[in-house]
Amino acid sequence: MDRAKEELVLNFQVQGRDFQGAGVAASQIRRVLKQVGFDPQVVRRAGIAAYEAEMNIVIHAYRGTLSARITAQEIEIVAEDEGPGIADIELAMQEGYSTAPPEVREMGFGAGMGLPNIKRCADGLEIASEVGRGTTLRARIVIKGT
Amino acid sequence: MKLIEIIRELGLQVANPDVDLDREVCWGYCSDLLSDVMAHAPKDSLWFTIQVHENVIAVALLAEVAGVVITGGRRPEAATLNRAAAERIPVLLTGETTFVSAGRLYRLLTG
Repeated sequence: MDRAKEELVLNFQVQGRDFQGAGVAASQIRRVLKQVGFDPQVVRRAGIAAYEAEMNIVIHAYRGTLSARITAQEIEIVAEDEGPGIADIELAMQEGYSTAPPEVREMGFGAGMGLPNIKRCADGLEIASEVGRGTTLRARIVIKGT
Repeated sequence: MKLIEIIRELGLQVANPDVDLDREVCWGYCSDLLSDVMAHAPKDSLWFTIQVHENVIAVALLAEVAGVVITGGRRPEAATLNRAAAERIPVLLTGETTFVSAGRLYRLLTG
């Protein structure tokens, strides 16, 4: 079998406002990446991107899915949600800008650093959103030296 | 410096004793914003925070910190300790403030 073409896809349901189960999907993705034997820096970047994307669903959306598409060449994290959507994506990308409610901020979330963190960890980030329907985020991490 | 030595020097209480306290601590980081910790906490540092909910453990794991110090006499939630045990993240407690406790670590690591 051609290892270079192998693809592993992980899918998780994420429930809005479920802070108890929050982060479990990202932890699973991180664990798999570690087991597969990716470079620790790649595991760290993908783990953080996945966690921030998962928490965005928990904080802002009604429900969604977090998935990881893993090949030898790249890791793609996709967060797709049903929720209020993002009216101004450029504004949402600015560090410090947040629409998270006070009780979420008290937990240490909603600092307006989630999307900038994902951007920093990823080699490519795409966000498509429709107000009143939901948001799809795609973060790509390219594996160097493949 | 080994975590176990720091625990002794700072008088920290270990909330989940079944974890590896022999690991090396390189630095410290003080923050109560979870994204900030993931973005800026150095690997193998000791993270000082007043947050006590279980998401702290997920962040500690992602940031690859050596342990979490919950300051100001705050107590972690039961779910936090369960998740810390599962992920093998040391959770340490102190009655001191973040400033004082982290200040003592700074002196230990730079003195």
